[in-house]
Parts: sequence; structure tokens; C-alpha cells
Amino acid sequence: MLAYVVRRLLYALPILIGVNLLTFVLFFVVNSPDDMARMQLGVKRVTPEAVEAWKRERGYHLPLLYNAEAEGLGRLTETIFFQKSVRLFAFDFGRSDAGSDIGYDIRQRMGPSLAVAVPIFVIGLAVNVTFALLVVFFRATYVELWGMVLCVALMSISALFYIIAGQYLVGKVMRLVPISGFGEGLAAWKFVVLPVAVGVVSGIGSGVRWYRTLFLEEMGKDYVRTARAKGLGEGAVLARHVLRNALIPILTGSVVLLPLLFMGSLILESFFGIPGLGSYTIDAINAQDFAIVRAMVFLGSVLYIVGLLLTDLSYTLVDPRVRLS
Amino acid sequence: MPFQPVLLWTDALLFLLVGLAVLFAWQARRREHLRAPWREVARRPLAMASAVVLGAYALIGLADSVHFRPALEQPGPQGERRYAPEVWSLLDLALAPLRLQAEKTYSAPFAVRLYVKETVQAPDGTLQRVRPRLRWGGAHLEDPGRRWADVAARAARGAAGGLALWGLAGAAWLAWRARRWGCRWREALARVAAGRTELPWRAVWLTAAALLLLAGAVAALAPHYHVLGTDKVGEDVLYQSLKSVRTGLVIGTLTTLVMLPFAVLLGLAAGYFRGWVDDVVQYLYTTLNSIPGVLLIAAAVLMLQVYMANHPEAFPTATERADMRLLFLCLILGITSWTGLCRMLRGETLKLRELDYVQAAQAFGVGSGRILLRHLLPNLMHIVLISVVLDFSALVLAEAVLSYVGVGVDPSMHSWGNMINAARLEMAREPVVWWTLAAAFLLMFALVLAANLFADAVRDAFDPRLRGA
Repeated sequence: MLAYVVRRLLYALPILIGVNLLTFVLFFVVNSPDDMARMQLGVKRVTPEAVEAWKRERGYHLPLLYNAEAEGLGRLTETIFFQKSVRLFAFDFGRSDAGSDIGYDIRQRMGPSLAVAVPIFVIGLAVNVTFALLVVFFRATYVELWGMVLCVALMSISALFYIIAGQYLVGKVMRLVPISGFGEGLAAWKFVVLPVAVGVVSGIGSGVRWYRTLFLEEMGKDYVRTARAKGLGEGAVLARHVLRNALIPILTGSVVLLPLLFMGSLILESFFGIPGLGSYTIDAINAQDFAIVRAMVFLGSVLYIVGLLLTDLSYTLVDPRVRLS
Repeated sequence: MPFQPVLLWTDALLFLLVGLAVLFAWQARRREHLRAPWREVARRPLAMASAVVLGAYALIGLADSVHFRPALEQPGPQGERRYAPEVWSLLDLALAPLRLQAEKTYSAPFAVRLYVKETVQAPDGTLQRVRPRLRWGGAHLEDPGRRWADVAARAARGAAGGLALWGLAGAAWLAWRARRWGCRWREALARVAAGRTELPWRAVWLTAAALLLLAGAVAALAPHYHVLGTDKVGEDVLYQSLKSVRTGLVIGTLTTLVMLPFAVLLGLAAGYFRGWVDDVVQYLYTTLNSIPGVLLIAAAVLMLQVYMANHPEAFPTATERADMRLLFLCLILGITSWTGLCRMLRGETLKLRELDYVQAAQAFGVGSGRILLRHLLPNLMHIVLISVVLDFSALVLAEAVLSYVGVGVDPSMHSWGNMINAARLEMAREPVVWWTLAAAFLLMFALVLAANLFADAVRDAFDPRLRGA
């Protein structure tokens, strides 16, 4: 088992290097730091001195890959590539263009992100699986037909509509919960309820459709026919046999999403004013803070790769038929 | 010439896409195995009704893709003809009254008065806070109290016009059909009305009737009222939402057009040659896939913004700038979304290359290029087609979200995302300014719903394994 994990980890390394190189090219080669500085300081009427000062303040004044002026190993380390990109591997995110410590910000903002993302994930999964089971139970009836039509309709509505409509109805007209904001500790619950509800509802359409196909795939298998043949009712077949077997693809399909929950949801957080990583990213994009965006791109890929790793592991744990090779 | 044609990049690509679709349809007509699944799609009433709606959207979008610069009245100093700096489209020409009838600021749908109060001087010299009459909306009314009667009368007349148009087209079509069926037109009518036709013509004509009724009523009302109200700077919301159709269509279709060559080429090569080619391609798509899509798009668009800010000379007019940004957005969206299709194509190619007919071709000494092109590619086209139609609706929805995040289309471009973004803060006003949001969401919903329903039918017809799923 350990050897397997180590092998998978080694396999993930070139991918991370690829992501790192890609972000380096995107952020420093496509446009030079001079371009970034001019953009930040206003394109017109900017003096070369101001550009130089801006770059020096943020450490962008170094050469890209090779520093001929430095001594010894410094020729490689005193460069933008080493200072800004290689250090990401040690999760040393450095300072944002505005001057704050990105690592500290990320640790501070993870909690609120999780407070919204985890309930959405858990409740959403339960709701979607339940509805999908119901639809499968009533298959070949009008319940299924209209259920599916409803799912397509729900899927066709923009996520922004759910948020705006939810804020307007629940927050403004009914005044049940505050429209946006966040609180300390358990007091945050009333800020979290609405985003979670909106997040769950906006995922129902595609979620139910997806789990329904999983269930239907299982329904076609031989063990289901056997279960029916021995006289089990439809409910028992679904709950005891189909659901249990379908849990394997459901579980392994969800595991890949788990680490990404840390990243939070971009639009939900920024609409509801939750100080998580999603709104952090949006603020950075709007302020054109390249350092933060670069850090988030790297963090996101790391978390995704961790998710892939967990998926592989969960396969072997959940399904005894899959043996480690 | 009274105008100078302007061909934007997205226009050219859009028409190229239409050309490809026509070519594909012409090819499919002659081959039974390609015709069969399409006939399956055409037999579904829901799919055909959706196709009519999609057709209406496509018509608006294509009319908005024929651009030109109108000539100015005054000739230049040497007597040569000069052209206006702004670029128009055929749709702008058709909607000219909407475009020109701008108010001062917000006004509700069918309103005759402005949304905000203004201080005006009454005839007796005192200052009063009143909501002034609109410059255009309902300006022909002497008594604003009779507004709704006027609206109803005009809407009824317009709808009747639409219905008449529908009746004429329907009658012409019915006469032609009756000739084809070899029966009298009365019988043909009975057949269509009872739904006893091979293809669901009843659904098609009912959808067309609904669309034409709506279009007729709106066309009759639009010159005299702001049917969907006006926005902050007084621009007609109906005009904005119709102009946004093209943006949505471009994002939904061109993204797949630019990503297809990569996905197909790399997927085929990886599956067929295996070995190091496969390793490289797999590495490529795993790496790209591991970056969260929105973040990659955000990073790329930020870099594009920097480039555009530093190279203003590359984009002479605002329209061209916005157009380039739209094209780049499609490119970036394509780069982030080709991985899924590439992986599917690779898997399918791996399976197909082991089949007897490919082995036979190899044994006969057919070259790799020919095998890929003649024997493998045609058998993968259904996967490509399914992913193209399934992606469309997701991309239209993504545009709105990206515009909100601030990495969408150019802020000067009409798009549903920009409309929503501009209007969402107005929900806090009292009374609520709801019409811009409603218009954008409604038009987007209709397009995405039709696309989803159509895509489901296409998927079911082309991928028999998923049937019933």
C-alpha cells in the first residue's frame, strides 16, 4: 500500500512541475514584469523610474531564469523563476502585489470557505441521491417524465439567478437571514444558511440526472434480476442492492472533489460576502493582483492532484474487486 | 457604395461554422448510416420544437454578424466618400428605432414616466419633485392613463400580423406537402393537426406560431414603448438583450470550433500511435486539467488585458478590440475544455484500432494517415458531435459567470453576463429595478433550455448505449 501511494505521489510530481512552468510562462514570459508594472501604474505617463521601483518592491526586478551578476548558486536562485515559481513547491507563496502575506491570508480564509462548501457538498449529495432514487423508483411513469423535464429546466437556469433570487426572496422580502456577511464561530450559521441552500438548489438539476444514470446502469445488471426473482419488492431492491452497489461510483466520483472544497466557491462567496478563498480570488482578479492569482492556480492544481490520489485510494478501499497492481 | 463591409474575426469564423454545418448536412443526406440517427432526432417533438427556437436565436445571431460601416452624408476634403467610425450590423439596422430611442435613465417596462424623480420648475415658479414623462416611451399618448388599453390594442394588432404571416407560410408549406403526399390539402391539414405525420410537424408549427405571435406583438410595441424597460443610461433593454444573443452564440459555438482540431488530432494520435505520443498527450491533458478551469481562464484573461493595455496600436477600433477579446476568450475556454473530449477520443481510438477492419487495412499496407482519416475518424464523429452539442449550453451559462468574475467579454460588448453584472446591485433599490435581470435571465434560459433538450435528443440518437439513461 505504501509503495503504491509513493508511486502515485511520484507520478503527480511531473504534473505539478508542468503546472508550475505553465503559470511561469503565462505570468512572466507572455508579458514581461515591465508590462505588468505599466498596467498597474497606468499605461500612460509612467516614468521608467516608477516602473523600476514597482518591480524592485515586489521582487520582479530580477532576471527571469539566469542571473549573471550573482555569485555561485545565486546565479540560479536570484531569479524570478526561483523566487516566485520554485518556492511554490514549498508552499511559500510570498507576498501579494499589495504587500500582504499570501500564506497567512490563505490559512485565515480556509475556515469560512469550508463552512460553506462542506455543507453544500454533504447536503447536496444526500438530496441529489435521494431524488435520483425516487425518480428511478417511479420510472416509466409521469413522475419520471416530469421529474426529468424539471431537472433539465433547473439545469438551464443560470447559477447567478439562483443567488440573486435567493437573496431577494429570503433576504430582502422575507427578511429571514442577513443578505451577506460573516460572523465569528457558531454565530456564523445565519450567514451560511442561505448560501448553502442556494448552492444545493443550483446543483440539483445536473446532480439528479447524473446519479439517475448511475442507478439505471446498475439496474440493468444481473444481480438486480436475481433480487427481483427471489421476490424482493422494488423498494428493497433499490435500497439494499442498487444503492449499495451504486455507492461505489458515487463515492469515488465525490472523493476527487473533496480537497477542492478548500478553494470555496467563487461566485457564492463573493455574492454573500463570505471572507473565504473564493472571494479572495475574485478580489485578486479584480485588483489584478498577479501574485495571488498565481498562488491560487498552483494551490488549486495541488488540491486537484490530491483529489486524484484519494480517488485511486478510495477505489481500493471501497471495492474489494479492485486490487492493487 | 453606400456602406463599407466590415468582417470581424468572429464573423468570419461564425460563417465558416455555418458553412461546415451545411457541408456536413449535405454529406449526411447522402449516407444512410448518417441519416438514420438524425431522423431519430427529427422524430422527437420536443427536439424539433427546440430546434425551431434555436433557429430563431441563430437567425438573430447571424443577422448581428453581418457588419458594415454606413457612409457619411458629407464627403471628405477631396470629395471621396467617408464612412462612419462606428460599426453597424444588419440587426442594428432592423432595430434602429430601439437603438436611437434612448431615455435619460431607468424606466420600467411599458412605462411612460421616468423611474427617478426630478426637480422641475412648475409654471407658477415653485420647484416640484416629479417623475417626468419619457422622451420616447408612450410619448404618443396624450392621456397616460389610457396606456394599457393602447398597449393591448397594439399588441393585438402585432400578434394578428404575426399570426397572418404564420398562416401564409403554413398554407404555402401545406400546399407543397400535399403535393408530396399526393393528397388534397384539406387531408394534409387534418393529418398534420392530428399529429399523424412521420415527423412532428404539428410541434414545429405550434412553436413557430408561438414565436411569431410574440415577435409580432413585440415588433408592434417596440417603436412606441420600451417593452423591457431601459437601463441606467437609458438604453433600451430589449435592444441589449437581442444584441447579447450573438455573444452567447459565439461563445457557445466558436469555443468548440477552436478546440476541436486539438482534441481530435491529439486524441486520435494518442490512441493510434500509443507509446511516447500517448504519454505526451496524456501528460498534456492531465496537467491542463489539474488547473481549476476558472482560475486558468482568469489568469489567461488577466494576461490578455495586460497585453491589450500595452499594445493599443494592434486594435484600431473599440469594436475590433472587443471582438478580439471575445475570440481570445473562446480560445482560452477551448483550451480549458478540450481535455475531456480528447480523453474520450483517445479511449475510443484505443478500442477501435484493435478491430478487425483496422487490422485488415494495416495488413493491406494502408498508410497511418489514411487509416486515421478514412477508417477511424468517421467512427469517432458521433462522440465529437455529442460533446459539441452538450457543451454549448454550459458555455452559454459560463459566459455570464465569467463576466461577473470580471474575466468575461469586453465590458463594452453587449452580453447577458454584462447585463446581469450591471443590474445586480440595483436589486437593493426601492422599488426594485428588476427588468434588466429578468430580460437577461429569460433570454438565456430559453436558449439554454432549447439547447439542452436538443442535445439530449442528439445524444440519445447517436449513442445507443445511453438510450433510456
